[in-house]
Amino acid sequence: MAETVLLDIALLSLLVSGSATALSTAVGVPLGSWLGGREFRGRRVLRALLHALYGLPPVLLGLLLYLMLSRTGPLGALSWLYTPQGMVLAQFLLTLPFVVGLTWNAVGSVDRSVRDTARTLGAEGRQHLWALVREARLGILGAVMVAFGRAISEVGAVILVGGNIQGETEVLTTAIVKETGQGDFAVAVGLGLILLSLSMFVFAALTLVQERER
Amino acid sequence: MRPAPLTAALAALVCAAALVAAGCLGPPAAPAPGRLVLQSTTSVRDSGLLDHILPDFEAAHNAEVAVVAVGSGQALENARRGDGDVLLVHSPEAERAFLEDGSGVSRWQVMYNFYAIVGPDADPAGVRGAPTAADALQRILDNRSVFVSRGDHSGTHAKELSLWSSISQDPSSFPASWYKSVGRGMADTLRTAFELEGYALTDEGTYWSLPDIGPGAAAGGLHLLLGGLAHPADDLRNVYSVVQLNHTRLPGINWRLAEDFALWITSPETAAKIGNYSSAGHPLFFPDPRRA
Repeated sequence: MAETVLLDIALLSLLVSGSATALSTAVGVPLGSWLGGREFRGRRVLRALLHALYGLPPVLLGLLLYLMLSRTGPLGALSWLYTPQGMVLAQFLLTLPFVVGLTWNAVGSVDRSVRDTARTLGAEGRQHLWALVREARLGILGAVMVAFGRAISEVGAVILVGGNIQGETEVLTTAIVKETGQGDFAVAVGLGLILLSLSMFVFAALTLVQERER
Repeated sequence: MRPAPLTAALAALVCAAALVAAGCLGPPAAPAPGRLVLQSTTSVRDSGLLDHILPDFEAAHNAEVAVVAVGSGQALENARRGDGDVLLVHSPEAERAFLEDGSGVSRWQVMYNFYAIVGPDADPAGVRGAPTAADALQRILDNRSVFVSRGDHSGTHAKELSLWSSISQDPSSFPASWYKSVGRGMADTLRTAFELEGYALTDEGTYWSLPDIGPGAAAGGLHLLLGGLAHPADDLRNVYSVVQLNHTRLPGINWRLAEDFALWITSPETAAKIGNYSSAGHPLFFPDPRRA
């Protein structure tokens, strides 16, 4: 496998999983904080449903999205099947429950005294929420890390939605499946090591940020 | 946190796991039959042929055949590592290399059929009128029509590459804008071609086994444009062979049963059964056993 091809594959992996994580962070952190900062009826049921989605198998999500995005499916007109956009959508949906749920937990477990202090100081609405998010930032960063980890390591959704088209939608995990399928085990292991180091690098960087904030 | 229900749930999980393990590890009820690991190409399994013929072999030899159906490239590589007892594959050049490097000891032809080029009914590249498959690929290339390639070193992929090389082309230089290499199995490749309204090279059996993307598909399915038994083209011939492994190099393999298997699958009785097999009314294989 040529080095430029390898670089393209690794970059696409980062791009797809990074965009998906960024999107689920942008949607999930405000949503999770909002949910975590208040008491409401049906809170437990909603949380249980959200936690149940932690177990959503990527391959099942990939299958459902494939059926939606297929030429004959309801969203076929988007032409997102076998495109990086479709892969980002898949990983966004896959990681969103983690960001919402873990942010909710983090914000929800902020010391009650902090909440009350914020409130007595006159913080209301958006300000109050922001204070909570700042207090819970370590937990929220953890949520983002879990989301990225799930995205970069999954193969079931991106192979069905992306189709593993060389030069267009092939990422590290699907390339490993392909190389194994054609008996090129050495290349497959090499790709695995690249995937591992890439993900370890991102996690080490995020952990450093987390430590600094501590 | 209430510990009691949690403990109970954990205990239940452990019990379930133990039951599953016991079921897997427990002694078999009947005396252990011989076990043959067949590394085969996906098309002979997916077409239903193996289900049709293997029970005869299993009954005659009190054997159990475990089929590992993968692309021919992986099948040969798995066999090279000793993860299998015998091969049923369709990648003649790779098979010859396998024998030459001493991994295999014999190779007998079992049967053949014809690959097919499928694509949209509109056929923008004009594959229907092509006299040969090589010419059809030239037309697809000239027209820059979407072509979906297995790209997985399977027998079908090897066939495609040899067709390109017969017109002095190297697909690794083709842009992904029209040449889509997916590195997946035949059914996945055909589904991709259907979605992209492109062409693909396929074995006939897999194609007929997917009616939802075939000629009857609501959204305009894939049509068989060239090859297959209906329009055989010489350069689309697809030969399946049984390959026996070198048991001096791989002492752990069940070579006696592998030899029985090779003799059985090239016997006149099995040939007749292969010739009778059809899927959805389409015969799929011509038996033509030749023992070298």
